[in-house]
Amino acid sequence: MLAKRIIPCLDVKDGRTVKGINFVNLRDAGDPVELGAAYSRQGADELVFLDITATHEKRKTLAELARHVAAELNIPFTIGGGISSVADVGVLLESGADKVSINSAAVRNPDLINDLSKEFGSQCIVLAIDAKQMEQGWYVHLNGGRIPTELELFAWAREGTERGAGEILFTSMDHDGTKQGFALEATARLSDLLPIPIIASGGAGTMEHFKQVFTTGKADAGLAASIFHFGEIPIPSLKNYLAGQGITMRII
Amino acid sequence: MKDIVIIQYNAGNVRSVLFALERMGVHATLTGDHDRIRQADKVIFPGVGEASSTMAYLRRHGLDEVIRSLTQPVLGVCLGMQLLCTHSEENDTECLGIIPQKVKRFVPKNQSEHKVPHMGWNAIHREPGSFLPESVEGEYVYFVHSYYAEQGPYTAATCNYIEPFSAAMQKDNFVATQFHPEKSGPVGARILEQFVKG
Repeated sequence: MLAKRIIPCLDVKDGRTVKGINFVNLRDAGDPVELGAAYSRQGADELVFLDITATHEKRKTLAELARHVAAELNIPFTIGGGISSVADVGVLLESGADKVSINSAAVRNPDLINDLSKEFGSQCIVLAIDAKQMEQGWYVHLNGGRIPTELELFAWAREGTERGAGEILFTSMDHDGTKQGFALEATARLSDLLPIPIIASGGAGTMEHFKQVFTTGKADAGLAASIFHFGEIPIPSLKNYLAGQGITMRII
Repeated sequence: MKDIVIIQYNAGNVRSVLFALERMGVHATLTGDHDRIRQADKVIFPGVGEASSTMAYLRRHGLDEVIRSLTQPVLGVCLGMQLLCTHSEENDTECLGIIPQKVKRFVPKNQSEHKVPHMGWNAIHREPGSFLPESVEGEYVYFVHSYYAEQGPYTAATCNYIEPFSAAMQKDNFVATQFHPEKSGPVGARILEQFVKG
């Protein structure tokens, strides 16, 4: 059986992990490579590095990050944050990234998804979608939920898939940071609708939330940040709990 | 020190294989040079990409003949394994024909359960006489693929996704994995280490 994936997400700014990180036994938890290696040792199945640096030197810093992570880690990882061109992605994959995630750039220029999947293959293109539930339904938002768009979540996810995305990373802005659980209905609907894997993000607060997202939510992977960074839920405990609940897990 | 060569062609993930070998203190040479490949002690044929364009590239550069002629240990990875077979359904591609087996596309039986590509960690089971270390029996390794080689006499390990398929194959001096040992944590490192140092 294919295992459900547990994916810690690391926000990186100017080459350092941000968001107060309280990780025991780490010499330098601000070093994304060292933190990533610690997660890998704990049994994380994949990592996502999201670069939130806003400078024109970005392409270079992202490539350096990819190279350092790829040199040290032996599990797959995705890099995202401001990626907007075929050239950006080429540099990252050449540097050792397994996948890239694209978000706002794909909304502004949907052909980017076609161009990237044609050039590099769907398997390395993760379409990240941030959405909020409005009166008329779920709508895609940009810039961390600050800018609403006219795009309806399910229509956009389907279009992105048809254009060649290999995975959907769905974040519910309504659930993100609440620790009250994932957006189960929307996640399940995406999973039923699309032939590609769905990574659910936003709202993880307890181990049971992960169980729900893998069962009711039909997600292929669960992503979280702070609950892992602050050690609130150690990955080995989470995976043992889920395995005990009958969910297929890679236990190391 | 053994001379390890990684075949350079228009494929992704080559950097990851180099890094994985470096982590175990093994330096490998990345080259498309026919003589360098033929002279190597061991050859790694990696791959992420599309079958027909990759085969076209190999033929254009004469690498198809070079690979067929190799007599030293060769390790194919992912697309590298599929291309060792006879034919792939991916754009109806004639492959290298070293391992007599066909490559087919996954057909989901239930969409919310069976996503394609088969992406993530899945357990493998060794066949008797497999080149894989005994210690990897039942372990999880990392897969990313939409096409698979069927089970057959050259299957060295099986994996189950929608149906059982070849997770690893071997014939004569050729061994191959559908999964990515370079991305499969400590289990994958053991497999690579056995190939390069064994």
